[in-house]
Amino acid sequence: MADLTLTPNIPGPDDFYAELLSVHEGLEKSDSDALNARLVLVLANHIGDREVLSQALAAAALKKD
Amino acid sequence: MNKIFEVPLYPYERHADQDASTPARHKVIVVGAGPIGLGAAIDLAQQGIEVLVLDDNDKVSFGSRAVCYAKRPLEILDRLGCGQPMVDKGVEWNIGKVFFDERQVYDFNLLPEEGHQRPAFINLQQYYFEEYMVNRVRELQEQGAPIEIRGRNKVEAVGTHDDHVKVEVDTPEGSYTVEADWLIACDGAGSPIRSMMGKDFIGRVFEDNFLIADVIMEADFPTERWFWFDPPFNKGQSALLHKQPDGVWRIDLQLGWDIDKEREKRPENVIPRLKAMLGEDVKFELEWVSIYTFQCRRMEQFRHGRVIFAGDSAHQVSPFGARGANSGLQDTDNLCWKLKLVMDGKAPESLLDSYDVERVHGADENILNSSRSTDFITPKSDMSRVLRDAVLDLSEHYEFARPLVNSGRLSMPCTYDGSPLNSADALDGPARTRPGSPCPDVPLGDGYLLPKLGGKFTLLTIDADAPDVIEEDGIEVTRLALSVKDDPTLALKQRYLGDNDSGVYLIRPDQHVAARRPSFDENQFRAAIRRATGKE
Repeated sequence: MADLTLTPNIPGPDDFYAELLSVHEGLEKSDSDALNARLVLVLANHIGDREVLSQALAAAALKKD
Repeated sequence: MNKIFEVPLYPYERHADQDASTPARHKVIVVGAGPIGLGAAIDLAQQGIEVLVLDDNDKVSFGSRAVCYAKRPLEILDRLGCGQPMVDKGVEWNIGKVFFDERQVYDFNLLPEEGHQRPAFINLQQYYFEEYMVNRVRELQEQGAPIEIRGRNKVEAVGTHDDHVKVEVDTPEGSYTVEADWLIACDGAGSPIRSMMGKDFIGRVFEDNFLIADVIMEADFPTERWFWFDPPFNKGQSALLHKQPDGVWRIDLQLGWDIDKEREKRPENVIPRLKAMLGEDVKFELEWVSIYTFQCRRMEQFRHGRVIFAGDSAHQVSPFGARGANSGLQDTDNLCWKLKLVMDGKAPESLLDSYDVERVHGADENILNSSRSTDFITPKSDMSRVLRDAVLDLSEHYEFARPLVNSGRLSMPCTYDGSPLNSADALDGPARTRPGSPCPDVPLGDGYLLPKLGGKFTLLTIDADAPDVIEEDGIEVTRLALSVKDDPTLALKQRYLGDNDSGVYLIRPDQHVAARRPSFDENQFRAAIRRATGKE
């Protein structure tokens, strides 16, 4: 069973963050929210592992174990 | 109290040039006696080139201004003969703390790589920095070097010609005309020379104001960098606390765009803000307050015939990441050896175009990095703020989010990838020392590598044979012969050889790698020397 990765794992974090901001550029708040929702679903599908996804949902909720 | 920045360091004195019937001709005029102008002048004078510095003022910088100096500029300053007093006086720090809202979300230790003579960076007020450079100018003058600073000499007009530059200079005793073979404009972001020449300066304006204050504190705060996002004492904005020498603390407070600058600068408005930040009981004295706005922009070209721009006059960045003075010193370090070769007739004038290519590349890298920091610190849209706050919230709980927190990235020297002066990489060695890279330092038992490289073309051989001297079309290259055994820490091997048993590097006067191969090959290295001096 895989564990959710919570240590740095993205090479070039500044490049990634800039690209993330750039897809939101010029969007209305509602369109930005919708984009984020689609992004979550796309990434979730890529991960696929149900256990990891459950851990990710808990991690994002900032719930203490 | 008489502060160092209130005493004239190069007071106006009448010069014979002002009474000359025909304008005096100098080799090089540097306009501006800030860190970059003085750096250029010292570099040229050390190489025996006559240089005149003109400055409209007669004192060092007012207030702390540029306060962070990174390793690379310190290494350059060592070659300029004034690195040691800066490091002796400067404050070194490694611990940083990040706060979000009312809480500390994490702290970090920079853990600088070992085996370097100089620290990752130091904090030092710009007035000390300039004072030490002026001291170095005086020392060179005593040794007979051809260097002069004229205070309260304000350039009013510039005339450009094919083989010289003519300037009109205003002084307390009227104006005079003076000429030079070359002019280096280090007259700051608002460069009057750039305006006089009608050159572009295009980029992005950030609609924000920052209050900066130098505060003398009795409190025993640790030597750490503290950065606040959205703190209770400056809601919706950011704040930074940094230690400088003499118990002076530098505080930066973001104020937003729609403010009354004059009102915000008054002590009765500044002091309550600082008390809210430092705590009601902390005793402090306000030394200096200023408000700044900034832009990220650069000139399209830094060289315009015989007028060459360096430092903030050529490119301006946001202050996050300390890339102003640090990149300006890399400009002049890149320029001065090339100018010397061109002036001596040992390289074609086109070598100076590589200054444009290489330093425009550097400026773009700095502008990108500092724009990103600014976008993180001062989000410009709702979603940008939502994402930023999400990163900060996550950073408190998970290590993965911390590299995404951007309160300013450490200024690193750029690698001149793709420069016309580079020869193709012929060593399957470490990426950090590929052609175009600044040489990383290495401990060598009795000292360090960089001082041994000095400021001339060097052939660095590591467990490889080569002639002691090669001369190629007027360029003399001397060998520095080393062995991996010279460094028991193995940094020399790791940084310059990787898996190879030997290596030969051609290193430029500014300590950037021009070429490297596993062993000496005379034809290849002669070609590399020609290429590195603009002859191929």
